[in-house]
Amino acid sequence: MAKDNLFSSGITRFNRISTPVNILFSLIFISLALIAVIPVIFVIIISFSSAESIQRIGYSFFPQEWSIDAYVYLWNLRDVIGRSFLVSVGITIVGTVIGLFLNSTMGYVLSRKNFVLRNFFTKLIFIPMLFSGGLVSSYLINTQVLKLGNTYWALILPMAVSSFYIIVLRTFFQTTVPDSLIESAKIDGASQFTIYFKIVVPISLPALATIGLFLSFAYWNSWFLAMLYIQSTHQHMYPLQYVLMSIERNLQFLTQNSQFMIPEEALRRLPAESVRMAIVVIVVVPITLAYPFFQKYFISGLTIGAIKG
Amino acid sequence: MRRRYRFSKEDLELLLIALPTVVWYILFCYLPMFGIIIAFKQFRPLPDAGFIMSLIKSEFVGFDNFKFLFATPDAWIIFRNTLAYNAVFIVLDIVIPVALAIMISQLHSQKLAKVCQTAMFLPHFLSWVVVSYFVFAFLSVDKGLLNQLYKALGWESVEWYMQPRYWPYILTFLHLWKGMGYGMVVYLASISGIDISLYEAALIDGSTKWQQVKYITLPMLKPIITIMFILSIGHIFTTDFGLFYNIPRNSGPLINVTQTIDVYVYKALMGMNNIGFSSAAAFLQSIFGFITITTANWIVRKIDPNSSLF
Repeated sequence: MAKDNLFSSGITRFNRISTPVNILFSLIFISLALIAVIPVIFVIIISFSSAESIQRIGYSFFPQEWSIDAYVYLWNLRDVIGRSFLVSVGITIVGTVIGLFLNSTMGYVLSRKNFVLRNFFTKLIFIPMLFSGGLVSSYLINTQVLKLGNTYWALILPMAVSSFYIIVLRTFFQTTVPDSLIESAKIDGASQFTIYFKIVVPISLPALATIGLFLSFAYWNSWFLAMLYIQSTHQHMYPLQYVLMSIERNLQFLTQNSQFMIPEEALRRLPAESVRMAIVVIVVVPITLAYPFFQKYFISGLTIGAIKG
Repeated sequence: MRRRYRFSKEDLELLLIALPTVVWYILFCYLPMFGIIIAFKQFRPLPDAGFIMSLIKSEFVGFDNFKFLFATPDAWIIFRNTLAYNAVFIVLDIVIPVALAIMISQLHSQKLAKVCQTAMFLPHFLSWVVVSYFVFAFLSVDKGLLNQLYKALGWESVEWYMQPRYWPYILTFLHLWKGMGYGMVVYLASISGIDISLYEAALIDGSTKWQQVKYITLPMLKPIITIMFILSIGHIFTTDFGLFYNIPRNSGPLINVTQTIDVYVYKALMGMNNIGFSSAAAFLQSIFGFITITTANWIVRKIDPNSSLF
C-alpha cells in the first residue's frame, strides 16, 4: 500500500507541467482572480472617497481625500435604508424557510417508491421545466387573480419552489435515507408526518443546508419580483437590491421617504456618487464574507444535481 | 384483470404532505400556462369581472397581435439579439471554462488553485444590479476609470453608454466574467473524477502533457460537455434579463444591440402597457423554448440515453 502510494505520488510529481508553464498558468489565474475581486475593492474605495476628490479626479483607486461622509449620510437615513435592509433580511429568512419546506416535502413524497400518485406528481413538477406561461400571463395571474401586487408574498412565493431543487432533494432522499429505517418506523406505527419531520429531516441536514443556501442567496439578490410587483406608491416595501436600482438616476427615493428632517445644507452637500457606492457595499459585503465558508456546500449541490433521477 | 389502485392511509398522508407544493404548482405554473391564450385576444380588463372572466370575454383576434408585433422593426431585432448572443455564449461557456478547469487542475500549488477558484466564484454570487454599478465605475463618461485612464494617456474620452459598437463585447465579457467560476467548478469536478492510472499509463508510453489532455481529459469530459451544450441549446430563446436590462442602464442609443426578447416583453408590458405585443412575444418565446428543449433532449437521448434530461 505505502509503496504503491509512493509510486503514484512519484509519478504524479514527474507528470507535472514544467515550471515555466506553471508560472504562466499561475499568473493567468492570479489575474483572473484579481479581475473577479477588484470591482468589489474599487467600489469600497469609491464609497470612502470624498465628494471633492470624485469631482476632481473621478473614480479612482487612489482618491485625493478619504471620507466617511457617505456612511454618515446613510446613517442619517437609517430609517429608510434600515427598513430596506430588514425587508431584504426578512424575505431571505421567510423565503428560505418556506422554500425549504415546499421543496423538501415534495422531494420526500417523490422519493417514496410505493406512493400511488408518484408518477403523476413527477409529471406535475416536470412539465413546468419544459413549458412556462411566460412573463405576461404570470404577471397578470399574480396581480389580478392571486392579488399579490404590493404584498411581501409577491417577493417570496413566485421563486420559492424550483423543480430542480425538488429533483436534487428527491435524489438525495433516495440515495441516503435507508428504506429499512422508514419501514421499521412504519411498523412502529409512525405516520408519514412523523417519519418526515422526525427521521428524514434530521438525517438530511447537509442536503437541506445546500438547498437552503441556494435559496437564501437567490432571495438576498432578488430585485426582479420587487420591480414587477411593488409599485412606487409602496416604496417602504422595497428590498435593498431594488432600492439600489431605483437610485440609479437620482437619490430622491432616499430623501423623500425619510421621516427625519434633513437640513437643506446637508441635502445640497449630498455626496451622491459615494452614497450609491456605499449602498452597493452594504449589499455586497455580507455575501462576500459569507460565501467562502459555504462554497463547499454549493459545489456539493452542483454535483448532486448532476446525478440523473 | 384491471389493476385497482388501493388508496391506503399512507398514500393519503403522503398526498397531504405534498399538497402545499401541488397547490403552488397549480397557482404559479399551471394557471399561467392557460393564461397564454391572451396572445390571441384583445385583452381588456372588464370593470366588474375578474381576470379570468375578462380573459374569456375579451375579443378573439387570432394572429393579429403577432402580425402587429412583426410589423414593428423591434421583432427582428429582439429575435436576432437573443439568438446571436446565446450562440456566442453557448460556445464560449464551454470552451473557456473547460480550458480553465484543465489549466487550474495542473497548477503545482493546490493552495493557489483553491484561492483563485474561490475568488473567481465571487461574481456568481452578485446580482446584476450590483454589477451594473461596478461597470458604471469603469465606464462612466466623466468619472469612470477607463476615461480617466484615456485622459492620462492623452486619448479622447469615449461616451461608453452612447456607442452601440462596444456593447456586444462588453456584455459578452460580463457574461463570461460572472459565469467563469461556476463553469470551471462543474468541469473541475469531472476532471478530478478521472482515474489517475490512465495518465500514468500514458506517461509510461511517453506521452506529452498536451497529448494527455487531447487523448484522455477531453474524451473523458465529452459526456458532460455534450449535456451542457445541449441544455444550453434548449434555452436559446431565454436570456439573462438583468444582464441586458440593468447593465446598459436603459440607454436609448444602445437598444439595437441590447434589447432581447425578455427585455422587450418586460418593457412592452410595464412601460408601453402594450399587452398585445408583449403577450405575443412571450408566447413565441414559450413555444420556441418548448420545441428547442424537447428537440435537444431527443438528440441527447439518441447519442447517450443516460445523459438525457427525461
